[in-house]
Amino acid sequence: MTHLEKIEQQSVYIFREAYSHFKHLAMLWSIGKDSTVLLWLARKAFFGHVPFPLVHIDTSFKIPEMIAYRDRLARDWRLNMVYGRNAQALADQRTFPAGKLTRLECCKALKTDALVHTLEGTWPRFRMDHATGQYVQETNPEPYTGIIVGVRADEEGSRSKERYFSPRDRESAWNVGDQPPELWNQFKTDFAPGTHIRVHPLLDWTELDIWEYIEREHIPVVPLYFDQGQGERYRSLGCYPCTFPVKSTAKTVTEIIAELKTGKFKDIAERSGRAQDTEDGSGLETLRRGGYM
Amino acid sequence: MPDPAAPEKMSLVIVGHVDHGKSTLIGRLLADTGSLPQGKLEQVQQDCRRNAKPFEYAFLLDALKDEQSQGITIDTARTFFKSAVREYIIIDAPGHVEFLKNMVSGAARAEAALLLIDAQEGIRENSKRHGYLLSMLGIRQVAVCVNKMDLVGYRREVFEEIQRAYRAFLKQIDLAPAAFLPLAAREGENLIAPSAKMPWFKGPSVLQMLDTFPKAPPIDRKPFRLPVQGVYKFTEQEDARRIVAGRVESGTLAVGDTVVFLPSAKRTQVLTIEAFNAESPRSVSAGYSTGVTLAEQLYVNRGDLLCKVGEPLPRVSTLLRVKLFWMGRRPLVLQRPYTLKLGTAQATVRVKAIERVIDATTLEVVTKSEVGRHDVAQCVLQTAAAIAFDPAGELEGTGRFVLVDEYDIAGGGIVLEGIEDGQGDVRRQVLEREQRWDASVVPAEERAARYGHQAAFVLLTGKVGMAKQAVAKTLEPMLFHLGAKTYFLGMGNLLRGLNADIEQHRLERQEQVRRMGEVAHLFVDAGLLVIATGSNVTDAELAVLREAVARDRVFVVNIGPSGFTQAVVDLQLELEAGPEAAAARILQLLVDRQILPAPTGP
Repeated sequence: MTHLEKIEQQSVYIFREAYSHFKHLAMLWSIGKDSTVLLWLARKAFFGHVPFPLVHIDTSFKIPEMIAYRDRLARDWRLNMVYGRNAQALADQRTFPAGKLTRLECCKALKTDALVHTLEGTWPRFRMDHATGQYVQETNPEPYTGIIVGVRADEEGSRSKERYFSPRDRESAWNVGDQPPELWNQFKTDFAPGTHIRVHPLLDWTELDIWEYIEREHIPVVPLYFDQGQGERYRSLGCYPCTFPVKSTAKTVTEIIAELKTGKFKDIAERSGRAQDTEDGSGLETLRRGGYM
Repeated sequence: MPDPAAPEKMSLVIVGHVDHGKSTLIGRLLADTGSLPQGKLEQVQQDCRRNAKPFEYAFLLDALKDEQSQGITIDTARTFFKSAVREYIIIDAPGHVEFLKNMVSGAARAEAALLLIDAQEGIRENSKRHGYLLSMLGIRQVAVCVNKMDLVGYRREVFEEIQRAYRAFLKQIDLAPAAFLPLAAREGENLIAPSAKMPWFKGPSVLQMLDTFPKAPPIDRKPFRLPVQGVYKFTEQEDARRIVAGRVESGTLAVGDTVVFLPSAKRTQVLTIEAFNAESPRSVSAGYSTGVTLAEQLYVNRGDLLCKVGEPLPRVSTLLRVKLFWMGRRPLVLQRPYTLKLGTAQATVRVKAIERVIDATTLEVVTKSEVGRHDVAQCVLQTAAAIAFDPAGELEGTGRFVLVDEYDIAGGGIVLEGIEDGQGDVRRQVLEREQRWDASVVPAEERAARYGHQAAFVLLTGKVGMAKQAVAKTLEPMLFHLGAKTYFLGMGNLLRGLNADIEQHRLERQEQVRRMGEVAHLFVDAGLLVIATGSNVTDAELAVLREAVARDRVFVVNIGPSGFTQAVVDLQLELEAGPEAAAARILQLLVDRQILPAPTGP
């Protein structure tokens, strides 16, 4: 069994455990390469089907190609596609691009707050109607108690501390110092009312693993990851005001793999193009303790 | 299909008492193998200068703010370094006793372990506890590193004394380390290359030692085990397949193999092995998450263990002798129910006996009536329903379990052996029966669809004089008028018919019960709703009936005082209610359990 097969089989196992244990299960799909590999692994686990909703938090500042790609795959693969947003903050223009918030505050408002309320069902959710291809507001949304997320341990420090099944309390807060034991593929699947579990099937994957798997399985990814002739490409995708491309001439998946193998980015964090991470010295961890992915 | 170009990876855990140098060793390994991001070392050194504190290699790992403030590693961070031979994924396991569950979480994933002992401080509490846990977790490749040799002047006697004492300790717990290595991690002595400061040591350096650890051989040749994770049917997506999904824990399975599900003992053949975005394989082996379709539409549930006929089968019992370690906030006690999770099976369990508690520090056996936090104990567990398992010594994957206390995984352990629980004979007989069962060509699901209900065996129990017959004889026509295929199975009819050859005294009651179970099994197999009554039924007798009929097809309705001491009844009724009310309650039970469809219309 190759390394790629090994991590693939483990991810599939985790998906199936989550599906068996959580009645209200959902998966976050950020449209990026990691959660798209995650989506592919879900189809592996359930033999071509995705038996739970995919939730996307739309900040309205996503690069437009990302939304087009999202809706295309949702239609082609007949996904149960759901999105949510912080409508109030957007209406009040309480955002970083509007100049009223710092980058971190903006992430908290448009991503963390929108995420927490969308998962709880306390803010509106919009579901794709496959008959029309349009999104319609969901009636009586139920809180999700199991949420599958595509974080990887190698991305940055705080994510390396995660478990495969990680509990979050009522405030979606994460107690890093007191996490449940996890051994022999037995996970925390019992939880008190009002709490929920984040499930992390990609924890053991690296950036290189992700690209090698995309190549092996021919998984379609957003073209933004490739150089379109300007000598730059995105290595990590987010909102356009806070996401910057890296210098690269990689135009195909194979070229990205070759580029990663040269060690060119060895010393540069994968999320270095994500400006919110560096705002207060430990941006992502601060965000994650409050419920960010 | 192994890829020769892909580097081999091995996961490594580093354990030991707090402050014995784990983080320093990892930091130094990363630095000396050139595995750190460029500028990281300089950046941390700079930070130290700015904060006027001496640089330490351990700081390289302290990715989290509160770790730095507490000065201790609090969780199993994952970091990577490379040798000439392979890549290592380091699972940093915290040494502080409070974080034992983090250490266990990390170590359980590891293929190899380094156990650090401070040369100056010597063997401490967690040096022993971690050694014990590595042994329980099944980590066989362990190198003991006597660290901080610089603080004892690189003296050979210090190293050898610790080696002697610790080896003696490990011998008591059946752990034979691959090597003892002297080390000064902070100074990098004997880390990458042998040390000039310790010419008396002829063995390998730490990295050289790691590179000699072989990868575990595949477990394809062991008996086949697949704990069922779920049975998937995506009919709404116009997919007619009914796929039994799970990961192969050991062995190999091929299309056409005859398989048996335990504990239900149902038998069939493998029709196909399913896959997405790949060709359907002809066979599948250990480690793969797979799915199969079956020749017959059996009732299969999550938690069943799929095995291969012709290979050694797992044990099935309600009694297990185990060795476990406890991490719960409150102690493990005899009275409280816990949830046992073994493979994908889940069962309510009670501790029947605490045979001995082993203090993991002193290794002394102590007599206690409960198992405290961080204790290790040998216990007998009793499950509410029989489960299938293997002794961990024979098959690890189906011989390890965790115990859940309320919401939390609070203990982990290995099965030493199954204990005969009095149902072994009937189980063996049922297994034999199922192995040779000539199944109907009509699938049970189609039969249920035609009849409009599932098959079930409703047993009314209670003491003599509880009007069980009256309730049963009210229920039967009630079900019949609803259109159900139903039949009242009179015990008396059996006594003078099928059982006429048995002497009518107490000793033969067990055989009578067994025969009743077999008759009920035939009716249930025919798709009927069978109703029967039984006076003063015992726990053991009910267990026989459940084994003979099928565990998930038996519904027990008790009227009046219960004669059971352990069995959980599905419905408890009182005599005063009257037969009509009682029958209506039973009807509701069958609707709730999805045996009967919910009534429609006004």
